[in-house]
Amino acid sequence: MKKFLRVGIVSLLVLALIALAGCGGGTEEANSDNAQDKKVLKVGTDVAFPPFEFEEDGKYVGFDIDLINAIAEEIGYEVDLEPMQFQGLIPALQANNVDVGIAGITITEERKKQVLFSDPYIDAGQIIAVRADETEIKSVDDLEGKVLGAKIGTTGAKKAEELKQSGKVKEVMLYDNNPESYIDLENGNVDAVIVDKPVVERYIATEGKGKIKTVGDVLTGEKFGIAVPQGKEELLQQINEALQTLKENGTYDNIYNKWFGTGE
Amino acid sequence: MDIKTLMTDILPFLAVGAVATVKITILAVLLGFVIGLFFGLMRLSRNKLLSSIARLYISLIRGTPLLVQIFFVYFGLPKATGLNIDAFVAATSTLGVNAGAYIAEIVRAGIQSIEKGQMEAARSLGMTHFQAMRYVIWPQAFKRIVPPLGNQFIITLKDSSLLSVITVEELVRKGQIKISTTFAAFEIWALVGIMYWIMVLVISQWVNWTEERLKAGDH
Repeated sequence: MKKFLRVGIVSLLVLALIALAGCGGGTEEANSDNAQDKKVLKVGTDVAFPPFEFEEDGKYVGFDIDLINAIAEEIGYEVDLEPMQFQGLIPALQANNVDVGIAGITITEERKKQVLFSDPYIDAGQIIAVRADETEIKSVDDLEGKVLGAKIGTTGAKKAEELKQSGKVKEVMLYDNNPESYIDLENGNVDAVIVDKPVVERYIATEGKGKIKTVGDVLTGEKFGIAVPQGKEELLQQINEALQTLKENGTYDNIYNKWFGTGE
Repeated sequence: MDIKTLMTDILPFLAVGAVATVKITILAVLLGFVIGLFFGLMRLSRNKLLSSIARLYISLIRGTPLLVQIFFVYFGLPKATGLNIDAFVAATSTLGVNAGAYIAEIVRAGIQSIEKGQMEAARSLGMTHFQAMRYVIWPQAFKRIVPPLGNQFIITLKDSSLLSVITVEELVRKGQIKISTTFAAFEIWALVGIMYWIMVLVISQWVNWTEERLKAGDH
């Protein structure tokens, strides 16, 4: 009996410690806005979305990463990067697991109901990409009876679903990230993928040279925004102001040129 | 999210995924059983080559994560061979081949658990090795492997959730898709969990029932 009691007490202690550690972490995050010396901004981002964010030599780099670092510096925070699957970003923001999300997130009405968005920081849009030797598909109108790939939870996936509903594509296949959809396109399991234009153009200019190509025009005009959990209006205000400053002092242009070549 | 949307919109959507999960799991377990029986016997074979092949297969499968096997078959193999493997086919065969390795070990353990004297007695009655296996050893071994087989069935069912990463729209994938538009992470993951739980309960009941029926023959 005594033994059982001891085991019970020890287990309880361990549980309590874990709970305490968990709470400790939680309060630290919650207070990060007020803490004086070391203010940490937990940034949720995608794992594989070049050139906005991707892994290179063991570090996450990209347009979004540089931009959020510049913004954080502007408002006096230190960035703590949390790469995750894109589809998990908004849930993570809602659970307050991260303070901001930056991952080429298109500002949509649906998402606005879930999180707050900063002012747009870049223009983008969805485009169709096919295998380089494809001759049949010249635009989105040639997709009838074809299989279209998209990344789960994106505006591209939404567009693909609409095309399927209206009978303009046969089937939609959803991937966790864009590189997987390119591989599957090259392997021949999908006939086309719908993807953000700057993202796929970067792929075609680098590893995807001669493997895939884009066809037709941009399907949806879109703007990317930085997402913040609801209720954090103050942080959002700071981010918007910092974004404005960076645009005015030329930092934004420098970052833009670094990732997208010739500045527009 | 209100209960009505959950029941009329989310639940039917997830149910489609649950059906796919059941379908894939049953096919994979059947495939796994055939492979497992075959390789389990090969593993026991006195022929060095046969038993080495079986050993290698079991070691490779058990020594690598299922997730890696799934990615390898679906994304890797077509890249290397130029063959186009359909997601459903890749999913079912990978899961089946994976389950097969574990079932092979279950089969081997079951057969080895039957006392040596049984085989010796059967052989001294004039039975061939095959006859002794078929009529004396296997019926007894089968009774012993039913519980671990049932366990493997449950593991394979839950492992099938990993297939979500190769576009297979099974239960987890359906959940992810719905969350990506509704953001109802709590409700949907709870519902998905409950649906798996119900499926596992059905399997374990069925295994218990089979065990009882097999036991009935003992008296």
